[in-house]
Amino acid sequence: MLNCKQTSILVSQSLDRPLTWRERWAVRLHLLICVYCRRFTQQLKWIQGAMQSWQTHATDRTEDVLSAAARERITQQLDKFY
Amino acid sequence: MAANPHDWLNEHGDYLYRFALTRLRDPHQAEDVVQETLLAAIKSPTFAEQSSPRTWLTGILKHKIIDCMRKQLREIPASELLTEEDANMDEFFDDTGHWAEKPQAWDIPHDALQQKQFLQVLQQCMARLPQKLAAIFTMRDVDELDNEEICKALNITATNAWVMLYRARMGLRKCLEMHW
Repeated sequence: MLNCKQTSILVSQSLDRPLTWRERWAVRLHLLICVYCRRFTQQLKWIQGAMQSWQTHATDRTEDVLSAAARERITQQLDKFY
Repeated sequence: MAANPHDWLNEHGDYLYRFALTRLRDPHQAEDVVQETLLAAIKSPTFAEQSSPRTWLTGILKHKIIDCMRKQLREIPASELLTEEDANMDEFFDDTGHWAEKPQAWDIPHDALQQKQFLQVLQQCMARLPQKLAAIFTMRDVDELDNEEICKALNITATNAWVMLYRARMGLRKCLEMHW
């Protein structure tokens, strides 16, 4: 019988590789009796689903811009080629 | 749209820079990869044919970011690279492998405002993750690279990748639980 720690490791890996049928079965059995690991599993999937939106959100924040110095440097580099 | 590289810099430079900054966190490295991206774009034989320069440039940028991360990882001594023992995660579990702090039920964001608030918390939590964990997690869950591609790109083992992804998810989940 898996404990919560072992279950959490396999749940995370299940997002990155196919689990073996033994592992899948063991995880399922544990989730059946453990509400905390069920929550954990849902939350990991929820986070996974939110990450695309995170990238858009993080990139849309307007505070950060290329510095004038960097812009000038890049312009000079581009001039060499175009 | 004219395929003029100076227009790319004017119209997409800040966007590319912010994108790179979310991944690399270091302004100088972010500037460097934007420059490398635009130079690589100029040299591309297909640059005049791009109908959506931003998407195309972002695609190039992602590769430049991965190159940059690979160099960063190479500078870490092998002894410091995460091993399986590091995944013990003792702060999260007690000696018997039970949750030290039991996961709480979360409110799922219901409307656009809550969604936006959630993303702000997620952003803060991502910023708190160690940079390398955040970077590999982003490659996996935003860029949707598979494990094999990540290992190849960063020159790490599959086990290392799983451990790093696990630690990233545990850290992120914990932070969200405290602040969301």
